[in-house]
Amino acid sequence: MSVAVRQPGPVIESEPIRSRRGIVWQTIKQRPSATIGAGILLVVVVCAVLAPWIAPYDPHEQVGPVFGHPSWKHPLGLDDGGIDMVSLLMWGCRISLVVGFAATFVSMVIGGTVGVAAGYFGGRTDNVLMRITDYFLVIPDVPLMIIVAAIWGPSLFHIVIVIGILLWTSTARVIRAQVKSVRERVYVKRARALGAGHSRVILRHVLPQVAPLLIANTVLTIAVAIFDETALAFLGLGDPSRISLGKVIENAFQRAAISTGAWWAIVPPGALVAVIILGCSLLGGAIEDALNPRLRVAHLSARSFKLRPLVGRGPEAV
Amino acid sequence: MRGADYVLKRLVFAVLTVFIAVTINFALFRLAPGSAVTNLARVPHATPQTRLALKRQFGLDKSKFQQYVIYLQQLAHGNLGISFANSQPVSANLRTALINTIPMVFLGTLFAIVLGTITGIISAWRRGTKAEGASIVTALTFYSMPTHWLGLMLVILFAGVLPTGGMSNEFLINPSFTTHVRDLAEHIALPALTLGLVLYGEYTLIVRSAMLETLGEDYVLTARAKGLKPWAVLRRHALRNAMLPITTLIALSLGYIVAGAILIETVFSWPGIGRAVYDAVLQRDYPMLQGAFLVLTISVVFFNLIADLLYFRLDPRITE
Repeated sequence: MSVAVRQPGPVIESEPIRSRRGIVWQTIKQRPSATIGAGILLVVVVCAVLAPWIAPYDPHEQVGPVFGHPSWKHPLGLDDGGIDMVSLLMWGCRISLVVGFAATFVSMVIGGTVGVAAGYFGGRTDNVLMRITDYFLVIPDVPLMIIVAAIWGPSLFHIVIVIGILLWTSTARVIRAQVKSVRERVYVKRARALGAGHSRVILRHVLPQVAPLLIANTVLTIAVAIFDETALAFLGLGDPSRISLGKVIENAFQRAAISTGAWWAIVPPGALVAVIILGCSLLGGAIEDALNPRLRVAHLSARSFKLRPLVGRGPEAV
Repeated sequence: MRGADYVLKRLVFAVLTVFIAVTINFALFRLAPGSAVTNLARVPHATPQTRLALKRQFGLDKSKFQQYVIYLQQLAHGNLGISFANSQPVSANLRTALINTIPMVFLGTLFAIVLGTITGIISAWRRGTKAEGASIVTALTFYSMPTHWLGLMLVILFAGVLPTGGMSNEFLINPSFTTHVRDLAEHIALPALTLGLVLYGEYTLIVRSAMLETLGEDYVLTARAKGLKPWAVLRRHALRNAMLPITTLIALSLGYIVAGAILIETVFSWPGIGRAVYDAVLQRDYPMLQGAFLVLTISVVFFNLIADLLYFRLDPRITE
């Protein structure tokens, strides 16, 4: 979407060691897609956090006719219980985001630990952990989530745990690959030689290097977690006492919003989920892109190939 | 002989994965609240004989380990228990459902692969142009939409034009062959389109980044330097090598197809395996749920195996 400004800087090693500190912030400032993504997420989070104060109506109170049309008082109309849709969406966002963040936290802790341990210690630890990851990767998550949620019974806590313990695999793999390359760097070896313990090396030298990647992964996983919550809620496995965006879609579908013609009860909640996921994908994708120098090959694509001569652009350009 | 080694390794992995899935399946339902007897043999309206037969078949009064062994034995014979909902064997229910699901999923996936590959290649080749921007924004938008919601949007858009539920019109009496086929095609259109659109977004992004990686390789530069036509560079040098990651990633997306099928079949009342999962959840029909999960896992593992073997065929160097 965006082409970052590329400076042909000096190349020190085959794999350029660039300062990774602040790369996330830099990406947000420099890449339009990241800026848009971060902006979307900021607005959504602020609305969700401030819902109790800025939501115009109570999300449990009937304020008008069932499936009331959109009007000045209720810009997005009313739902099947005569509840104001705008307020419902704000409160729904809250629960969806809570599930998204909490489940992602669980999966980042598992995925990060597995990835760092496998990549750092290597050998047998690596083998065993990656074998386990491979199995988890193949078993389809959503059906398993459905079964566990169906057996345990629907509650917010269960949903968070179920989503969290099934989403960590890709994080573990990505982090492992990164840690493996960091481990071979000179300064890590030097730190080890100077007598630093494993925990110190991991915390001081390895983690800071993988942090941006972990952040990109966190953002992308939040999107998946919110999607999964929406799916579970749609199948009737959401917490019945909490309104999430998925629950709002499910209610509208079950109470025949479509055959009543009440599009306003069903279009906005899904669109909002799509916007949140889009925001996460834009931001996470842009950070990942920025971390992967191999993707910057604009000079090789059809149009720009002729425009920019390769002469004098340094080995990085090739 | 390293090739044979690789194939064997992948086969063992696939079999082991299925075995683990079977074990998870067993454990989940035996550890569920309520006794195994009520969970698996409480078929409503069943005669005491049926109940007794089930208890005996699955050894529900024996120890957990014995139950596990018996479960594996019954599974090997294709006995998955009896559905609570219609008192039919689960395996028979699943067979019908699977036959209904396959054409829908196949059409949708085919649509997605064709469209996603084309837009993915275009957006990588035209990196930095408006064409890239437009195709990525479109792909990301479809990728971001909750599957069932996209289905519902299509229902709103096409209501009255195309049928929005079921697999065929039940009021057609003795239809001629062509009417019947047309009826089926009309019914399959929306569910397949929903699946296709959701996957198309994902495939575009996958193909684009795989192509970008290969376009950055030295041999592509060499090919260009030799003065080859852009099309030849693209097809013979870039795309060929990009096929490797594309195959793997498409295989890994099978989990999404399965999840998508569950949501889509629920929206469109398509009587397939996904709908079977939904109904089983609603009715707490544990034997059906257990069987459906097994079928879904086996199919994902199977297609992953196919992808692994295909990968090997495409690039014999891969022997790990």
